[in-house]
Amino acid sequence: MMPLLAPPLAAINWHSVLFLLFAAAACSCAVAVVLADNVVRMAFYLVLSLAATAGLFFLAGAEFVGAMQLMIYVGGTLVLLVFGVMLTAQAPFVSIKTSAGDRVLAGMVGAALLAVLLQAAFRVESWRRPALAAEPAPTATPIGMALLGVRVDAPADGTPPDAVRSGYLLPFEIVSVHLLVVLVGAAYLARAKRRRTPRSIDVAASTVVPDAAAGAWERPGAAGVRR
Amino acid sequence: MNGICLAASHGVGVPLLAGLLSAPVSVAHYLVVGAVLFTAGVVCMALKRNALGVLMGIELVLNGANVNFVAFSSPYLQGSGAASLGLDGQVIALFVILLAAAEAAVALAITLNFYNNHATVDIDRAEDLKG
Repeated sequence: MMPLLAPPLAAINWHSVLFLLFAAAACSCAVAVVLADNVVRMAFYLVLSLAATAGLFFLAGAEFVGAMQLMIYVGGTLVLLVFGVMLTAQAPFVSIKTSAGDRVLAGMVGAALLAVLLQAAFRVESWRRPALAAEPAPTATPIGMALLGVRVDAPADGTPPDAVRSGYLLPFEIVSVHLLVVLVGAAYLARAKRRRTPRSIDVAASTVVPDAAAGAWERPGAAGVRR
Repeated sequence: MNGICLAASHGVGVPLLAGLLSAPVSVAHYLVVGAVLFTAGVVCMALKRNALGVLMGIELVLNGANVNFVAFSSPYLQGSGAASLGLDGQVIALFVILLAAAEAAVALAITLNFYNNHATVDIDRAEDLKG
């Protein structure tokens, strides 16, 4: 048995095995997000899919991006999404069914899109040629320096070695200000709203607005009137 | 492992798996994963009636694009003659992650607002602007 087993075992590329593992996890969980009806399960499958994608990033040698994927995406964005799910998961909204006709139509459109994308992926011949030997280089320092505007990484193929290459200081600043503005805007949008009451000078204690009688929830039609 | 070797010796469909296990990973492998994630995201966006489901579809689409960026920037996946994105792809992937975080925050705020006003998260009920 052993001589039969030994050569194929030596021929197995463990990088490929790990890639197949993470790729199967990412793809199957992404499909499970589509197929699941329960929104809580969808969130759970999405967490698994994004974590497996972080594993793919590690395997591609992008360890800084993989770590950021785990910390920001899985640890931040999806926790935010799970909070949203918890806040809105009242009994009738946990699973909203889609009609069967829509499902069939979406499946056909998705299959067509997937066919086009796969054909494009296998079209270019150089994309199917893996590198034979690449020296491992840590990417955290070059990325950090590039975000500060200084490039210390090796230039990409085809670039002359003495060419001036732009860093990413300006996009970094734009993104940070953008993130600040967006978070302020999100906090403003999602704040707890106070009912507009008349000025307290005019109506001192005579008319108490019947807040509790109106109820915390509006009727669906009254949304535009309120603000 | 034993099963793989045995099936590879006298199997028909399994040589494909054996070839996948022994061949090194190239960019095309990553592009397939990115295509599947992208397609799942698009179908999820089109199909889900829950607003949070649509958000999850957007996350999947962005993630599929990120997989492609990282694959094109990786030095491990492309032959020496091919042009690689270098570090640029990884930096762009980082920006995509940050913008996805921002987009999720705003979209979640809008969803919660919609939920407060309409007492539902079914986006088919968002028809106030229908003429």
